[in-house]
Amino acid sequence: MASAQASAGPAPDTIARPRRESTASWPLADRVCYGLCWATGIGLCVVAVGIVLYFFSKGISQLRLSLFVESPSPSLHQSQAGGFRDPLIGTFVVTAIGIAIAAPVGVGIATWLTEYARPRWLVRAVDSGIETLAGVPSIVLALFGLLVFARGFFVFLSGSTNGGAVSGKSFLAAGILMALLALPLIVGSTREALAQLPNRMREASFALGKTRATTIRRVLLPSIRPGIASGVVLGMGRIIGDTAIIVIVLGSTLKNQGAGGAPLLSTLRGAGSTLTSYVYNNSPAGEGNAPQKAYAAAFVLLIIVLALNALVTRLSRGGRHERHGHDGPSLWRMAFSPRARL
Amino acid sequence: MAAGASYGKPLPAAVPRSGLHAAVKADRRAEHMLGALAVGVLVLIGLMLVTVMVNAWPSFSANGLSWFGSGGDIVTQFRAMQTNTALPGHSVEYFRAWPLIWGLLLTTVLAVAIALAVSTLAAIFMTEFAPARVRRVLEPIVRLLAGVPSVIYGLMGILLIAPWINEHLLSNARKQSVAYVVQLSGANLATATLILTVMILPIMIALSANALASVPASWREGSAALGVNRWRTIWRVSLRGARPAISAAVVLATARALGEAIMLAMVSGGRPFGANPLDGLTFFFEPVETPATAILKEFGGETNTPIAHTAYALAAVLLFSAALLSFAGWAVKQPLKRYGIV
Repeated sequence: MASAQASAGPAPDTIARPRRESTASWPLADRVCYGLCWATGIGLCVVAVGIVLYFFSKGISQLRLSLFVESPSPSLHQSQAGGFRDPLIGTFVVTAIGIAIAAPVGVGIATWLTEYARPRWLVRAVDSGIETLAGVPSIVLALFGLLVFARGFFVFLSGSTNGGAVSGKSFLAAGILMALLALPLIVGSTREALAQLPNRMREASFALGKTRATTIRRVLLPSIRPGIASGVVLGMGRIIGDTAIIVIVLGSTLKNQGAGGAPLLSTLRGAGSTLTSYVYNNSPAGEGNAPQKAYAAAFVLLIIVLALNALVTRLSRGGRHERHGHDGPSLWRMAFSPRARL
Repeated sequence: MAAGASYGKPLPAAVPRSGLHAAVKADRRAEHMLGALAVGVLVLIGLMLVTVMVNAWPSFSANGLSWFGSGGDIVTQFRAMQTNTALPGHSVEYFRAWPLIWGLLLTTVLAVAIALAVSTLAAIFMTEFAPARVRRVLEPIVRLLAGVPSVIYGLMGILLIAPWINEHLLSNARKQSVAYVVQLSGANLATATLILTVMILPIMIALSANALASVPASWREGSAALGVNRWRTIWRVSLRGARPAISAAVVLATARALGEAIMLAMVSGGRPFGANPLDGLTFFFEPVETPATAILKEFGGETNTPIAHTAYALAAVLLFSAALLSFAGWAVKQPLKRYGIV
């Protein structure tokens, strides 16, 4: 640090609180770096605003109300290519299945990791396992899923083709794989919330003679509800945005095709599409090549993502108030409510 | 898991024994159930490694170590597998993956290197220089950029950036100069790297900013007390303290870039061409392809065909790289634990 310079000295009358350092006294290289910092910060804002504005302007000009109620139909002309009713339903179905599986499993694993945490070696193994799962590319998950679900044993998930082979492609199969995608996020966020709870909450509950299971169910989990919720919303964002699993495990048909049988079950066991695969198929890289439809669908997708983002921000901010509010009363309720169980 | 619940040990005097035993049993049951859930995830990951490897084996065993080498055109090799006719002098499984691996190395290394520089500057800006108001805007923006689905980035690349590059940066002379081997278009290495950089930036910024913020204040104060100016303090003290966390961010970003399939399939040119650095500036405008995009394009959904074996072999490469990276991420985080910066 040979060339380090002294900062601007404090003015004589404010010895206690030195003046804010000015960059004028810095060497040129430092000032250049300082300028670069500002430039990247502002550049980041410009890029984000640019992306959002681009899709808003393109999307709003292409968006028609009819797009939401029409099924996609293959056509050479963009005007006759239908809308994205089926992909929209597909997105909701896949997200619902994925979260319905990932949320309970994720919370359970996180609870075991922080509250029971025995034996140590197993905890460490599971921990690194979850971390590995978070790093596995979704296309690899998709290939793995196809192998598993195409086994005869899983025929109830996806139905079979005419030849008798199990297709392995269905909403159920895609939803289950999506759960694997969302799992690390839910585990991480729940763990973090549990680790931040003060130990006195657990100790107070144990002092009342409650077991760990009761403490977890009645005290800990209710007070980390915002933490769990933000993990779930993050997981939803991940599921909604994923395309590789959809393209490979849900099939590339734009229309939802049932697999036969009871109406709801038929859809769930059948192939279909989601908004992301719809955008991909309608981009110049896909088969449909209808950029106008792709813009409109991407706009809807972006709106969903923005809404989820706002929700996460809301939850992580609201979480603190909620936690303090819950701290005392829930213990109080637990100790003296007539339904309180040991 | 021999140990039972340690809380709620028998308190013979006041509590009725039968109720206590039931509670302890229920607690133990809960522990075992949650533990089984966690072990289930481990089993699933093991299963994934094994099944992918087993299905990849025919491709690896037919080609030996030269699977990773170069030789011939990948498109021809895939077509030969599709029609199940062996190329003259080779088996049906003949495959040389080097062009794909080269494409993966190029896009990943370039994107991560650029993102490292930009994210470090942005993180410093966010933690040190940005006024509180700017910071309040930047945080949601980083989260938004992290949440935008890759298909939206891809759509923007293929409909906005690629045509622009094709029109303004690619001269006819440049296209002519390599016309005998490859056709240049707006979808190329430069476009792919640019968008990949934007995609991995948010996660790197978030992690680096977190680490910079948790460098102990006393370290920085010590430096400031020696008369070192603010930039030098950040550069020499904060950044050095946060270095392991920044390495961890690099590892995570690499994992994300590795598995990116959809966006790259849309903007990287879609030709498995080994871009040649000897071509000078033209190099950046040559198309590339990565293993993930090759899987997406060539894998039709049927298992146990030569194409499927090759796809699983590519997936195995991705999977093992991801596992290695998550191990590396764990390793670089170890020095941090000593200081409580995680």
